Amino acid sequence: MTTSTLSSIGADRTGSDRRFCTFFLGDLYLGVPVTKVQEVIRAQERTRVPLVSAVVNGLMNLRGEIVTTIDLRRRLELPPLATGIESMNVVIRSDEGVVSILVDEIRDVLEVGNAEFEPVPATLRGTCRELVSGIYKLDDALLLILDTDRLLDIPPPNHTVHAHHEQDAEPNR
Amino acid sequence: MDDGELDEVVNEFITESHENLDQLDQELVHLEHNQDPEVVARIFRTIHTIKGTSGFLGFGTLESVTHVGESLLSKLRDGAFPVTTEITSALLAMVDAVREILGSVAGDGSEGSLAYPELVVRLTQLNDGPAAPVEPEPVPVVAASEPAPLRAIAGGAAKKPRKRAPRTLPVVTVSTAKDDSGVLVETESLDDQPVDTVGMLGLQLLEDHKISEDQLAAALRQQDDGDTRRLGEILVEANALSPKDVREGLKTQVEDRPTANETIRVDVSLLDDLMNLVGELVLARNQILQFTQNQGDPSFNATSQRLNLITTELQAGVMKTRMQPIENVWNKFPRVVRDLTIGCGKQARLEMEGKHTELDKTLLEAIKDPLTHLVRNAVDHGLETPQQRLAAGKPAEGVVRLGAYHEGGQVIIEISDDGAGIDAGVLRRKAVQKGLLTAEEAAGRSDRDMLNIIFQPGFSTAEVVSNISGRGVGMDVVKTNIEGIGGSVDVQTVLGRSTTFKVKIPLTLAIIPALVVTVSGDRYAIPQVSLLELVRLDVHHAQSGPNGQGGGGIEWIQGVPVHRLRGRLLPLVFLDEVFGGDQTTSAVADREAYNIVVVQADDHQFGLVVDEISDTAEIVVKPLGRLLKHVDAFAGATIMGDGRVALILDVMGIANHVGITSGERGAGRHAATNAEAADAALDRRRLLLFSLGDRRLGLPLEAVARLEEFRARDVEISNHRPVVQYRGEIMNLVDLGEELRIPRARVDGQPMQVVVYTESDVSVGLVVDEIFDIVEESFEVTQRSSVNGIQGTAVIQGLVTDVIDVRGILDAALPGLLARHTTNRTSEVAAA
Repeated sequence: MTTSTLSSIGADRTGSDRRFCTFFLGDLYLGVPVTKVQEVIRAQERTRVPLVSAVVNGLMNLRGEIVTTIDLRRRLELPPLATGIESMNVVIRSDEGVVSILVDEIRDVLEVGNAEFEPVPATLRGTCRELVSGIYKLDDALLLILDTDRLLDIPPPNHTVHAHHEQDAEPNR
Repeated sequence: MDDGELDEVVNEFITESHENLDQLDQELVHLEHNQDPEVVARIFRTIHTIKGTSGFLGFGTLESVTHVGESLLSKLRDGAFPVTTEITSALLAMVDAVREILGSVAGDGSEGSLAYPELVVRLTQLNDGPAAPVEPEPVPVVAASEPAPLRAIAGGAAKKPRKRAPRTLPVVTVSTAKDDSGVLVETESLDDQPVDTVGMLGLQLLEDHKISEDQLAAALRQQDDGDTRRLGEILVEANALSPKDVREGLKTQVEDRPTANETIRVDVSLLDDLMNLVGELVLARNQILQFTQNQGDPSFNATSQRLNLITTELQAGVMKTRMQPIENVWNKFPRVVRDLTIGCGKQARLEMEGKHTELDKTLLEAIKDPLTHLVRNAVDHGLETPQQRLAAGKPAEGVVRLGAYHEGGQVIIEISDDGAGIDAGVLRRKAVQKGLLTAEEAAGRSDRDMLNIIFQPGFSTAEVVSNISGRGVGMDVVKTNIEGIGGSVDVQTVLGRSTTFKVKIPLTLAIIPALVVTVSGDRYAIPQVSLLELVRLDVHHAQSGPNGQGGGGIEWIQGVPVHRLRGRLLPLVFLDEVFGGDQTTSAVADREAYNIVVVQADDHQFGLVVDEISDTAEIVVKPLGRLLKHVDAFAGATIMGDGRVALILDVMGIANHVGITSGERGAGRHAATNAEAADAALDRRRLLLFSLGDRRLGLPLEAVARLEEFRARDVEISNHRPVVQYRGEIMNLVDLGEELRIPRARVDGQPMQVVVYTESDVSVGLVVDEIFDIVEESFEVTQRSSVNGIQGTAVIQGLVTDVIDVRGILDAALPGLLARHTTNRTSEVAAA
């Protein structure tokens, strides 16, 4: 994280720009800017999309519009959600159109102060480091802010297939 | 007038002018061949309107360009000199200039920097040509004092285009203002509109030959001089006509008027929005209908039935608003052909048939370029030079024919020329030279298969085109574009005689018929256009040995499944494997039967093995989000009746994904299917073998559309004949046993075996006892038969088999049904 992006996130934030829709994903307390969020809805029936990255969880019908759902756990390389718990949809507007991300549990919309902002610690590794644009130090928790653009920049499926099946390469061809 | 209002006027002017210009192109080309004074008058009027309006709006360049053109046209109209090629070219150049300026106005509001001095000089010179003095202002704004423009007006109005004409008509008539907006908004009743209405009446009367121009001119002058009476009254008083004529004239006028006032311009984006909303409504309707099925409430049922009907009608209505005649694209072809023939020293005539055939506006836009390309090719490469044609015993003038008609929910567009045709031998040589085929491959291909190579990217290069009398650059692009909108293109040629390109495209893109299938518990929709047939194989039948004798089962070539479908190898794709569903259990073991959806992608036929075939449905195509744009196996998604999303398969994408289209795997073989009927007739014929009682019979397979089973209770009686409901239509049943007087071995309770015969969209079901097999072999009809309905008898598979004459039987059993239909279509095309 360079200082320039840091300042663009930390500074100049007023009102709604510093408000985040927050949710839990396992132990992670995450947030996306509330301006990006169209709505939050319960789990919907989804249709599986074959031949794409497993991160794409499926398609759902949102009042006649077809919305792609993203499995955030898979995207962050976390283990799947325990069965029996329904995930929630955070529907966000992005350059890629309207997309829904699946999260475990929805929390409040928080307004945070600039003073609490910190860049991502250099020691954070993996996808999390790639996708988190900064951290707000709250009194009782750390709020990780997701970079939705990078979140939706999903690696093509071949990549993941090969990563998982390096031994039995090219299983389908 | 504030800016917004002005913009509106300018926009209106641009839109209208563009429409008129397209027509001008056509009319100028027409004029070149036929010195038709009416057409000159029409062209004059159009240019005059543009000139007048541009003056009013302050477009100086536009005014000056059109002004010289107008002067020239007025000379032509007065018959000062005939229309020559040179004049036509200059006038066409003027039309282009006007188009350019208007384009610039539409873009940034200015006329652009070009002043077209050369064009103005060129037109002026032509104008001065035969020594006639230049008429300074032949502007018939004050038409009352000049009979000549009236002739022009009346002449123009007397012809068909009255529907379009009224808008421009009054502009040059009695209204003394340049602004014609008064007419455009004219909606009041006759009585409140003395001046304009009377002017219209005058024209009407002139058109009906009730009065002469001089009489009308005199009456109008009288009005101008302060006579406040109506035109009709003046004319009656002058004994020019009877009061009855006036009344009739007024009546006609009133009847005519709605055509002028009931058309409104609507923004295309508004129509798109409406279309989307109707799409939503269709989905909601589907959901409600599904819900209704689980409900007992009769009044709710009735309401939803009504909703169903209304939605269907609304959908049809909104679709219709987006429909435009193909004429809109064809209109520019006369000009294209003219310019090309002049450019390459050929002579060509363009014939059009069915130009009122309508299709969706988006599709119309999409086929514009491919069609232009095909037309250009027809002239450029299809037609020979006049010398060559004469040498070949043909008239020097070649014919390029455009035809359009609806068939089976599709629009068929044919572009044909009576040129030299495409020599398959040359194509073979070229393909080998280009390294696209090996010499053996090329030799092994039928002429028909070879033809399709012109659509291959590597083949159609300029170099090849110049060497063969074949097709040109970018045929692959034409094909890609047409396929991009769900259409197909096909070429047929007769060497030395003709070449025909047949383009098939769907009527609309937004709502398409599709087959719904299930794979690993997920539903998918397969667009009907790529669908060929459905095959069901029983599992014990299907697995007849690993190297199977293939009694219609599934066989494996190095792990690749294939099925012999009527003697041809059909590659199979197990969709559950391709899609890698959740159910990892071997579906093969659990299946009772294989459901194979035979589809066509490009020239490749293959079978998609699915778990279940549900139903056909009208689906609303929704785009996939940008995240999934790169997945070419899916063409989009749709929302099913239960509100869930189903993916729409892109058959071509799947073929690419599994590698069916790579290489030459079966390409040629499958492409042959269409031509089979013809090819097979020569030596080998394919027969469907069946039994009636103890007799063994065969019927030519090309007559067979499908094989079906019906139960006795499905049969209903209509018009004293047995019928069944089949695919949403009523299909006549013909009992072959009865027709051929062969006692059938009836078994009660067993379903009837029915062979569906289809000819020009009419299907008839032939009831037989048992269907055995399909054979392809050369056989000889050894004995001509004297029995009606039997073509003859042959020995097939060592057994005596009667080959029936389907058409003969059907003509006897259902006299007129097929013949009548065929004639209907022909006359329809002719009428169009």
